[in-house]
Amino acid sequence: MTEDREPLATLSTRALRVDYPIFGGTAAAVRGVSLSVGAHECLGVVGESGSGKTQLFMAVMGLLPSGAQVSGSALFQDGEILGLPPDQLNRIRGSKLAMVFQDPMTSLTPHLKIGMQLAEILVHHRGLSWRDAERAALSALDRVHIPDPRRRLKQYPHELSGGMRQRVMIGMSLLCEPALVIADEPTSALDVTVQARILELLRELRTQTGISIVLISHDLAVVASLADRIAVMYAGRVVESAPAAELLRGARHPYSALLMQCVPDFHRARTERMPFLAGQAPGAAEPERGCAFAPRCPRSTERCTHERPALVAVHSGAEVACHHPLT
Amino acid sequence: MARRRLLANPGARISLGIILALVALAVIGPWLNPNRVETLDWSFIAADPGIAHAHWFGTDRLGRDLYVRTLAGARVSMIVGLVASAVSLSLGLMYGAIAGYVGGRTDDVMMRLVEILGGLPLIFFVIFLTVVFGRNEYLLFVSIGAVGWLTLARIVRGQALSIRRQEYIEAAIASGAGTARIICRHVLPNVIGPVIVYATLTIPQIILLESFLSFLGLGIQEPRASLGTLIAEGAGEMEAAPWILLGPGVFLTLLLVCLNVFGDRLRDAFDAGTRR
Repeated sequence: MTEDREPLATLSTRALRVDYPIFGGTAAAVRGVSLSVGAHECLGVVGESGSGKTQLFMAVMGLLPSGAQVSGSALFQDGEILGLPPDQLNRIRGSKLAMVFQDPMTSLTPHLKIGMQLAEILVHHRGLSWRDAERAALSALDRVHIPDPRRRLKQYPHELSGGMRQRVMIGMSLLCEPALVIADEPTSALDVTVQARILELLRELRTQTGISIVLISHDLAVVASLADRIAVMYAGRVVESAPAAELLRGARHPYSALLMQCVPDFHRARTERMPFLAGQAPGAAEPERGCAFAPRCPRSTERCTHERPALVAVHSGAEVACHHPLT
Repeated sequence: MARRRLLANPGARISLGIILALVALAVIGPWLNPNRVETLDWSFIAADPGIAHAHWFGTDRLGRDLYVRTLAGARVSMIVGLVASAVSLSLGLMYGAIAGYVGGRTDDVMMRLVEILGGLPLIFFVIFLTVVFGRNEYLLFVSIGAVGWLTLARIVRGQALSIRRQEYIEAAIASGAGTARIICRHVLPNVIGPVIVYATLTIPQIILLESFLSFLGLGIQEPRASLGTLIAEGAGEMEAAPWILLGPGVFLTLLLVCLNVFGDRLRDAFDAGTRR
C-alpha cells in the first residue's frame, strides 16, 4: 500500500500477521496485511468467512485471545499500538479508537441500564461527573435517532430491539469522539430493513463528525453503500484494493469480480441460476503455495500454482495481487 | 421476576416466615425474659419445663434457664453462620472470578490450590488451629470460612469462565475497561444469581458445622452457649432430663429445615428465570 506518505493516515498496518500455534505447526489467520485508513475516510473490508478480516482488526484492538501471535506493526495516529501495555491501550480503546460489534443482542452488559453503560465510559475516559456524563449519554442517544431517549436511558438492554441496541452501540462508540470506529459486521445480525437504516445512520454520522470508519463485512452490497475505498481479502491477504466506485465498475482481481457477481440482483432473469463460487478457501493451517485463489480461479495458469503474486499498485490508490488481472 | 415467583410459592413463604420469626426470637427473646443466660437458679435445678416456675423450657444441671440459653445460643449460631458465610462468600467470589476470568496458568494454579485445601480434613485443621492459637471464638469464623469458600470459588469460576466469552465482555475490553474493572463491574454481577442460592444453602451447613464443632468442644466455650454446646450438654443427660436436649434440638432442626427449604425454592425461582 502507499508506503511512505503515511502521516495523513489515521490507522495503518504494515505486514501484520496473526498466527495461532496448533498441534504440529501454526495456523495463519492473517498473512501480512498492509492497509491504511486515512482521516475522514471509510474503508470497506470484504471477504468470506475465514479470510482474516475480523482477526486483522481484533489484532489492532488488542482483543485476540492470549494464544495468538501477532507480528508486524499497526500505527494509530502515528503511534504503534501493537503490544502496547494494557493500561496505555485502555486509554486509547473506547476513547480514540472504538469498535462496534456484530451482535447487538449480546454486546451490552445485561444487568446495567443503558444510561449507566454509556455514562460510565465518559466517567472513565473523560473524568466527567455522573450528572454531566448522563447528559452526554442522552445527547448521544439523540444523535443516533433513538426516539424518547430519556426513557431509554433508564431501560435495560433486553427492553430494546436489535436495531435499537445497535444504535446504542454506535452511539456508545461515538461518545468520546473517536478518530476511528471499527465496525465489524454491524448489520449482519439485523433484519434487512433495519440494516438499511443503520447504514444510513453511519453515513449521516460520518458526514457530521468526519470520523474515519472501517466497515468490515462479508456483504459487498453493504460495504459498497458506504465505503470510499474497498479492500478485498482472501485467505489472510489483501488481494485487491481500490476506490469503491472504481472497484464496483470493474474489479481487477478475478476473486473480486466473482464476489460481485454473487450479489443478488433483482433485474436478473428468474430462470438464471444464482452464481456462486465453487470450492473452498484454503485452510489457515495449509502452507501457501502460489496464489491462494488459484484452485478456484477461472483464469489460473501454471504460473499461479507456484508463484505467489505480489500486491502491486495499478495507479496511486489501487492495487491488485494477480498475475492475470481482468483489466 | 424471580422475587415474584419466589413469593408465589407457599413453601418459600412459610419457611421465610418461620426463619424471620426464629431470628426475631433469637434477637429480642432473651431481653424479654427475666432470666439471664449465666444466672443460676438454686431453687430450680434440672427442673421440668413448665409455665408455673418461669423456666419455660426447664433448667439445666446448674439451674440455668434453658429458654434463654436456647435463644442466646441460637443467636450465636446465627451470627457464626452469617459471618462465616459472608467470609466465604467474599473470598470465594473474588477468588473464583479472578481464576475464571483471567484463565490460563493463573486459573490452573489457583484451582489446584483450592483442591489441595479441599483435601485437608476439616477437624484436623480446626484442632491444629486451636492448638496453635488457643481456644478462641473468632477462630471459628476463620476455620469455617476457610473451608466454606472452596466450593463457592469453584462455582463462581465456572460461571466466570462462560461469561468471559460473552460479547459484552469483549465490548467492555474494546471500550477501554481494565481487568479489575471488568471483573467487578461485568463478571461479578452476572454470577450473583447462582451465588445467592448457594449462599442460602451454605448458611445451614455452616450452622450445622458450628454446632458440630461446639459439640466436640472445639467451638463456643462455656459459659457462653451455642445450639451445639446446648445439644452436647443435653445429649449427656438425655435419659434423666430429655428436655435439656429438646429445646435447642427442635430449634436447630426447625431453623435448618426452613433455611434449606427456602434455599431450595430460591434456586427453583432463579432456574425458572434462566430456562425462559
